[in-house]
Amino acid sequence: MTPLLAQDGLQSNALKSPDKTALVCCGRRLSYAAVDEMADRLANALIGGGVQRGDRVAIYLPNCVEAVIGIFAALKSGAAFVVINHSTKSDKLSYILEDCQAAALITSSHVAAQGALPEIRRRHERLQAVIVTGPSADEVCANTGELSFDAIQERFPAERPKVASIDLDLACLVYTSGSSGEPKAVMCDHSSMVFVTGSVTSYLENTPADIIFSVLPLSSGYGLYQPLMTFTFGGTLVLESTFAYPAATLTKMVEERATGFPGVPTIFATFLQFDLARFDLSSLRYLTNAAAALAPNHVLELQRRLPSTKFFSMYGLTETKRALYLSPDQAAVRPGSVGHAIPGTEVWIEGEDGERLGPNQTGELVVRGRHVMRGYWRAPEATAKRFRPGPAPGERICYTGDLFRMDEDGYMYFVGRKDDMVITRGEKVAPKEVENVLYSLDGILEAAVVGVPDPILGQAIKAVVVADGSRLTKADVLAYCRTHLEDFMRPKYLEFRSELPKTSSGKILKRALI
Amino acid sequence: MELTSQISKYVAENLLYVDEDFHFDNDTSFIGDGLIDSMGVMELLTYVQSVFDITVDQNEVTPDNFDSVNKLAAFVRRKQGVMTYSGGQ
Repeated sequence: MTPLLAQDGLQSNALKSPDKTALVCCGRRLSYAAVDEMADRLANALIGGGVQRGDRVAIYLPNCVEAVIGIFAALKSGAAFVVINHSTKSDKLSYILEDCQAAALITSSHVAAQGALPEIRRRHERLQAVIVTGPSADEVCANTGELSFDAIQERFPAERPKVASIDLDLACLVYTSGSSGEPKAVMCDHSSMVFVTGSVTSYLENTPADIIFSVLPLSSGYGLYQPLMTFTFGGTLVLESTFAYPAATLTKMVEERATGFPGVPTIFATFLQFDLARFDLSSLRYLTNAAAALAPNHVLELQRRLPSTKFFSMYGLTETKRALYLSPDQAAVRPGSVGHAIPGTEVWIEGEDGERLGPNQTGELVVRGRHVMRGYWRAPEATAKRFRPGPAPGERICYTGDLFRMDEDGYMYFVGRKDDMVITRGEKVAPKEVENVLYSLDGILEAAVVGVPDPILGQAIKAVVVADGSRLTKADVLAYCRTHLEDFMRPKYLEFRSELPKTSSGKILKRALI
Repeated sequence: MELTSQISKYVAENLLYVDEDFHFDNDTSFIGDGLIDSMGVMELLTYVQSVFDITVDQNEVTPDNFDSVNKLAAFVRRKQGVMTYSGGQ
């Protein structure tokens, strides 16, 4: 049967190939039947804990088995899941839990060990259930009365919950850095997610023989779709929690005979520092790059070093998941391009007055298709700005905020952003979000954040601050950032100045800080 | 200063930005326990090469060698031993 809901792929493959390995993660190898059954048990626990159709289930975990199970359990319970980056600090975690009005939270005993659970419970009365994972979860739960993930697997039934979700229901919220300084969530319904899963796996020509190796965080759209896509085409997902040790990553890719590897420019720049010939990557059918443009010379170098591996340059944004891809046969011909619209969708470039632009003219990329997501959660103004009426009555199209040009053959090239969003390590960071944290530190009078070119990170975060006479040191500011910002948002460069350059109207002149 | 203390002090002051009131076990996993991220590992690589005068191959940047203060100290000692021995030939 054609999948309608985001969990249908997992469920049908659990019936078709129950013993096939679905997930390799944290030293465990789980079959389709095991993943499906674990998700059913957790879904029953969520429902038993008070989660209802249409609720949100927050998952605050690193990449791990329990996070993947949590995603599918939330869907099976009729709720939408929200994966929160595990390096998110308490203030922002609290903001997200409040903003999405989470009915349940799945988190680790590591978080519980820091004493965070009572405070989370106190601040979020709406939370019906808190589920704790990890080796000391039983102990934590004995003391706090919360539910342990492992105990749930022992005690709750494996019957599939009877939930009447339809494909217009929300399947997940994906939080992104918002230009206003507060994170905002893209609402994704089942139908859009199923559509884009089918579109992407069709051009990647995925089959059940594929073994996808992912180091991308499940909190990002790019990382999140790796289990969703793999479990739909019936392949195997090898999910790693970090890319901190690239040699170990490459070694494991060889051991697992990986056939597909999704990456971002930071990862590929790191790969190129290795003698890849020392690793037997003969099974590797393809590499994909997204989240930020890969330098053309890196595209060509990867092709030279891995000649039998196809390379897909892609472009997407959380608001549509994916928009463009370049066929591998064009990678060497047009290494700077991210190609054309993904199957079943269309794109064009618009000028300032809404006119469609032709070749070699720069304008905003506009995306049309079933993958255009529902809008921003509880943010109608931001939604109206990004998602506008399309050519067919009642439809909405996505204005990406990204500037593109196309060549004479219709291939697209990323030019830049319309706003000041920084893309570092494949993650979008709104300078305002970092500036807000800096301004919340006593002694900071002014703060400005910009992205500066970096050979590994793509862009690095640079913060320039003006402090009062409070003897605030660089270490003080960086320590504060460490406890208030996700890892990828922390400034790599910090500069103290006596004043910031300004325009005649008093606006900070950010160009002068790069 | 003893090698382990030296590395621990560097991690505390330069990666965690904390000083005397901070303590963590020298076997604590840098990545597993969220002390540092992948950029932190790259900083550690630069640090041990410049301060301890050793050359580290990218293939040696593994959890076994880099994922705690004690593992890193043991790795540096091994490298220094190897380099001293090689230098004596």
